[in-house]
Amino acid sequence: MQFTLNGTQITIDAPPMKRLLDVLRQECGLTGTKEGCGEGECGACTVRVNDEAVVSCLVPFAHVDNQRVDTIEGLGGEHPLQRAFAEAGAAQCGICTPGMIMAALTLPQNPSLDDIKQGLAGNLCRCTGYEAIYRAIIANRGSRIADRGPA
Amino acid sequence: MPSVGSNVLRKDGLPKVAGTAKYVDDLTFPGMLYGRTIRSTIPRGKAEQITSQFDLTQFVIATHADIAGENIVHLITDDQPCLVEHEIRHVAEPIMLIAHEDPELLWSANVHVVEIPEEPVLDPLLSTVIQAELIIGGGDVVAGLASADLIVEGEYRTGHQEQLYIETNGVVAVPENGGITLHGSIQCPFYVHRALVRILRLDPDKVRVIQAETGGGFGGKEEYPSILAAHAALLALKAKRPVKMVYDRVEDMLATTKRHPFIVRHRTGVMRDGRMVAADIEIIADGGAYVTLTPVVLSRGAIHAAGPYNIPSVRIHGRAMMTNTPPNGAFRGFGAPQTQFAMEVHVDRIANALGMDAVELRRINALRPGAATATGQRLGPDCSAVDVLDEAVRRSDYYAKRASYTADSVNGGIRRGIGLSLYYHGSGFTGAGELKLASEAAIELTPNGVRVHVASAEIGQGTRTIHAQIVADALGISYDQVETALPDTSLVPDSGPTVASRTCMVVGGILQRCAGELKDRLDGASLGDYYRQHGAVIIKKQYERPKGLIWDEDTYRGDAYGTFAWACDVAEIEFDPDTYEVRPVRLTAVSEIGKAIHPVLVQGQIEGGTAQGVGYALIETVVMRDGAMANSQLTNYTIPTTLDTPAIDTFILERPYEHGPFGAKGVGELPIDGPAPALVNALRQIGLDICELPATPEVLMSHAPAHAHAPAP
Repeated sequence: MQFTLNGTQITIDAPPMKRLLDVLRQECGLTGTKEGCGEGECGACTVRVNDEAVVSCLVPFAHVDNQRVDTIEGLGGEHPLQRAFAEAGAAQCGICTPGMIMAALTLPQNPSLDDIKQGLAGNLCRCTGYEAIYRAIIANRGSRIADRGPA
Repeated sequence: MPSVGSNVLRKDGLPKVAGTAKYVDDLTFPGMLYGRTIRSTIPRGKAEQITSQFDLTQFVIATHADIAGENIVHLITDDQPCLVEHEIRHVAEPIMLIAHEDPELLWSANVHVVEIPEEPVLDPLLSTVIQAELIIGGGDVVAGLASADLIVEGEYRTGHQEQLYIETNGVVAVPENGGITLHGSIQCPFYVHRALVRILRLDPDKVRVIQAETGGGFGGKEEYPSILAAHAALLALKAKRPVKMVYDRVEDMLATTKRHPFIVRHRTGVMRDGRMVAADIEIIADGGAYVTLTPVVLSRGAIHAAGPYNIPSVRIHGRAMMTNTPPNGAFRGFGAPQTQFAMEVHVDRIANALGMDAVELRRINALRPGAATATGQRLGPDCSAVDVLDEAVRRSDYYAKRASYTADSVNGGIRRGIGLSLYYHGSGFTGAGELKLASEAAIELTPNGVRVHVASAEIGQGTRTIHAQIVADALGISYDQVETALPDTSLVPDSGPTVASRTCMVVGGILQRCAGELKDRLDGASLGDYYRQHGAVIIKKQYERPKGLIWDEDTYRGDAYGTFAWACDVAEIEFDPDTYEVRPVRLTAVSEIGKAIHPVLVQGQIEGGTAQGVGYALIETVVMRDGAMANSQLTNYTIPTTLDTPAIDTFILERPYEHGPFGAKGVGELPIDGPAPALVNALRQIGLDICELPATPEVLMSHAPAHAHAPAP
């Protein structure tokens, strides 16, 4: 099956009903996407499919045939939002962080606090109480939250 | 430039935001198998033969018969088997292990244990098996109660709580060098090491435990990983191949430890002027099927049970009872959230009984420097109960809000309430615990600076960062010149478990002394010159009890902790009288923690602990049915999301502790003690007299006075 992963078109041989999460972690070797619950509740496995945030534990691989998939690895560690998360203490244990950042990238331009809360309501964090995550996103607001990584 | 007190970039920050940090499930090894645990399905009985509709010869199988050493999970009491031999004491108890390289085949294998059920004991009040008991007492409580103007009584109950680290428990066991190497999501590498040595009967140097990046712990990866590590190691040694075992969420919630449910009964003698003169406190904890850490959870709970108050006569009687439920264990706060919930709700009920302002009542009775706690510990100049209370009241505009919330309603019937809690938390192990642990930490000279050697785990709280800051400043070098070694039991000294709010104050203190000695040795020479002359010098130090600390284990008298951190929470809520939903709007947390080594990390601990406390208070419900968690998945055990978490306003006060590194005390557990009583006390303003957790809408409805049911006018 062909799809575009982090800007590069690739062909992966995997069962069509295999979870996208497992295809990314196993066949593609990209372990930055994490599993937290396996039932779409925690958001740790959030990736973007055609710019939309999805929980990859609920997406069968067949769904991304010829689609665009973006994972945390696609940001290269250099995205200003990643830096903002690190500096603001928005990543503590770090297990929710990749999914949280991928979800945050789908927030509207210059999001209000309410936008952020609504937009991240599907991403659980047990460490931060979310406040540091808000601060990271707000600190990054003027700069380049609009920079949505590789298209 | 000093790094202590500044917000340096955390050491683990960039790999975590990049997604390159390696957690257990991200590790693979050539020839690796996956392991699965076959568990009991009854709370009590006997395990008979194992049947399967699968050809089990294609699997690697391990039972208790494969244990070369002792079938015991090493901790406090040798009562918990690694694998059931015959007797089943709780649901989800491990009986047999199977492994296969194909996880799909592994999980589709239909394996069944024939079980003979027996009548379980599920209610701690009906249990006759005492796992731990203690009495703390000073002064004559009977005479004290007799002399009081008024006696206020109350019974308070708290439920289980799941740690709910977002990364489930997991390990990979790799047979190598004639022994086993264990990579795990763990808080305490040497706990796992000691457990493996006993179960596998291997020389200590044949067992190597390495902490992988760990996706949260909160106590849930303190003692539990030992049994999981042993399971993976048994399979790996038998298969002679690496074995990965990572629980899915359902298994993690069903099988692993939770916060102990407590019942706390108070009888408090008070005078009309508000002085509390005597307190008789009874605690019953549900320990679950095995002892695990229950005695020390009970101990910390009991020591904190009288709250941060100066009460001349206190008697605290604690008991932990065995039940046929999965063992309860360590969870942030470790008994103190339960007992301080009880005390802080009780104090508000005393204020009501006296017709007195709840803040004033607390101020009258609050511990002050020089006063003594329930164990007779004389508090030093860093005792800050009154300071945090006054600051929280001022900062939250408590009185103005309380006045304006009285009987008003907004948004079509929504009621508002405000309440507070005053609390403290002892830093480090209880009593002689630190002395017995005798932790060691070391620093090693490198060509560019120094490397920290500790077994203390980075579980998100910032271990690597604060240790590097402390060492950097003690040596007068830059933060960037300090690196941290991997917590690998074959390389680092045993700095003790990563628990009890001790990693900064206790382990950081040892590191500060290591750095001090290196600085003396340098005698003005540069690190680089000294390295070229002497090589990779290692300086190791052991914990030394600060002079003057005294503890008597037999009488439970003396200095229970090196010191305490102090806090006051003010909770503001909105309550919907139609649905009984509570919306926490704002939580002001004022915390005195000695010295904030890294203010952003401290704030993160307080905010995160507060949110976890909000979940404990209002939404996190473990439904136990026939001895098992009936809602063991995230769909119906919910934790606070962005929309359930109030705005959290933190304020840090610093009253340096003379024996802490740069004055620091512990902070990790403190913030979970306060939110629940503050929120429940806010409900009191609305007229709801709640004495149990979690205070879900169902609980509130059952406690609501008649007028709360009345339709809005």
